[in-house]
Amino acid sequence: MTQAEVAPEMVAGEPLLPRRGRLERWLGPEMYRLLRGLLHNPLSIMGLILLAFFVFVAVAAPVLAPPRDPTAAYQIPRDGFGPNPKPPGSLWKVRQPPLPFWWKPVMGTDQWIHIMGTASGQWDIYYGVVWGTRTAFKVGVIITISVALIGIVIGSVSAYYGGWVDMVLMRITDIFLSFPFLLAAMTLSAILTPVLGKSLLPATIALITFGWMGYARLIRSDILSIKEREYVLAAKVIGASDARILLRHILPNAIFPTIVVASMDMGSYVLTFAALSFLGIGAEVGYADWGQLLSFARDWITNLADYWYIVVFPGIALVLFVLAWNLVGDALRDILDPRLRGRNA
Amino acid sequence: MTNYIIRRVLLIPVLLMGVTLLIFAMLQFLGPVQRASLYIRDIPKNERVLERVIRKYGLDEDFLTQYWTWLVGKRDATTGERIGGILFGNFGYSRSASEPVVDIIKRRFPASLELALWAVVPVILGGVVLGVLAAVKHNTWIDQATRVFSILGWSFPTFVFGLLVLMIFYARLGWFPPGRVSDWANQVIRSPEFVSYTHLVTVDALLNGRFDIFVDALKHLILPIVTLSYLSWALLLRVTRSSMLEVLRQDYIVTARAKGLSERTVIFRHALPNALMPVVTIGGMMVVGLLNGVVITETVFNYPGIGKAAADAALYLDVVTVLALTLFNGFILIAANLVVDILYAFIDPRVRLE
Repeated sequence: MTQAEVAPEMVAGEPLLPRRGRLERWLGPEMYRLLRGLLHNPLSIMGLILLAFFVFVAVAAPVLAPPRDPTAAYQIPRDGFGPNPKPPGSLWKVRQPPLPFWWKPVMGTDQWIHIMGTASGQWDIYYGVVWGTRTAFKVGVIITISVALIGIVIGSVSAYYGGWVDMVLMRITDIFLSFPFLLAAMTLSAILTPVLGKSLLPATIALITFGWMGYARLIRSDILSIKEREYVLAAKVIGASDARILLRHILPNAIFPTIVVASMDMGSYVLTFAALSFLGIGAEVGYADWGQLLSFARDWITNLADYWYIVVFPGIALVLFVLAWNLVGDALRDILDPRLRGRNA
Repeated sequence: MTNYIIRRVLLIPVLLMGVTLLIFAMLQFLGPVQRASLYIRDIPKNERVLERVIRKYGLDEDFLTQYWTWLVGKRDATTGERIGGILFGNFGYSRSASEPVVDIIKRRFPASLELALWAVVPVILGGVVLGVLAAVKHNTWIDQATRVFSILGWSFPTFVFGLLVLMIFYARLGWFPPGRVSDWANQVIRSPEFVSYTHLVTVDALLNGRFDIFVDALKHLILPIVTLSYLSWALLLRVTRSSMLEVLRQDYIVTARAKGLSERTVIFRHALPNALMPVVTIGGMMVVGLLNGVVITETVFNYPGIGKAAADAALYLDVVTVLALTLFNGFILIAANLVVDILYAFIDPRVRLE
């Protein structure tokens, strides 16, 4: 492929390695193939754009919705304590947060307005949606990295040593797989909450504890196929230590699919965490988290037609966030699927 | 084949042991006082009585002794009453529901089962039909449309989708209410004239000749079924589609076409049976998942199943109840997975040879 691309340019007197080739060398062949695949698929481009948008909102959160108290920025500010939600466009009456600089030119007023309305208890939905983006990234990144790491350690040790180590570790994996995932996460979260206090931590730990098994199995099967390769045998023959063989020779060649799959599962972790918050065992009430905002809707099932904004705004944010990851992940899986490799690449 | 089944069945005790050990280990995060509700209804406030309770149930003994008491139970030396033993259904007492956990399970499991049974057919059939359609019409607009449809479904959190359909079909249109049955129907069901044979409301209603209650129960079931179906179709559709595409490329399909068989025969007689192999696994997992009490769906639609019970208990940090329900569902999961695996080995000979 590279040969064919380079050849005509050489004839035309271009530099030996054109820019594209340099990018390919810098990224390595696998990353390069991924990137090219992603940028050739309209759906994944849409996903990337959405992701960029969410990153922007997360980074710009203090400008989009300045907190009253920068040390407790994740606490949604509330406009009084009234029980009934207020529709979008109503004036903010008490304890307004500072106005951002763009407010007056864009909104044409120097009064705070509840752009997306308030939930019961007068929590401002707009603020929660904006800062909830940060929560989503935070939770997603922590869970994804942790489950991938645990999975990689267990899977690679299991595959490399084989025998009874493999047997024991894989049975442990089976045991964890025998738990109903959400129920088990709920349980552990409920147990950890009194120990650790009400924060994001209990639910995060719970999701990590019951989330690593798929990656352990994935990396195990990848390593099993690599460990018999000649270069691994060669490393053994020269007497390299187990740790060195595993870390320097096997893992770099086996880790790639696992990392990609894990990172693309980020959307679903954020989703599950939001589900726990929705049930009331994730983020505490008033914390800027989409699931927690949506849980306010549970009090208003019969009036949802009037209070639609409690569901619609945080709901859209959550769906688009998960959708973005799924669009990119979907394309990535197609690219990585070895059975589809080489076809219409 | 026999070998495979034996190996698979031998795994069960290991899994049971592991699951119960892990659950019990999680219980150790609680103090002995809270753990007392594994065995008694009301935790006494009086310290001396409390002390006696802790000693009686061995809550201060070492881990393994406690685990054994909890798992199998023991006979009290003085009174001769049986203590503990989750294997015999002593799941402890629920503080949040103020009743034994076994009673919660007895009352709620039929509700979850009913929802699962009603949802199975639309979930499996819809996913497979759409998947086959997408594969047969590969790279046409139908394929693209199902792809978008499935990615959307895959991205919708259950509770957001559930709240949206509730907003439209209940709050706005008033067609399908949440809950299990309406109040008037509930009164009829509780009256002595109505005999509950199976505790599945739809079935009992028909057996009692109360068609109005059957319709009422069905009305309550529709939104949860729609929610479960749409969100499960996404996955099933993808699996069916890719499996079908792979089969359609095989040589024997080319042969079948070359013989001059009609496209319908080729797809339904030659391709579909082979393409359904992986679908059986995923479909099996889904049925297991449905049986497993669908926590979020039941909570959103206020449907009184096991999942809702667990969510309620978790909200009040009633750990003993949530753990017991998790364990119960874990048992179901293990059993159901065994059935699926064995069925799969019957259908696909390649599994046995592994």
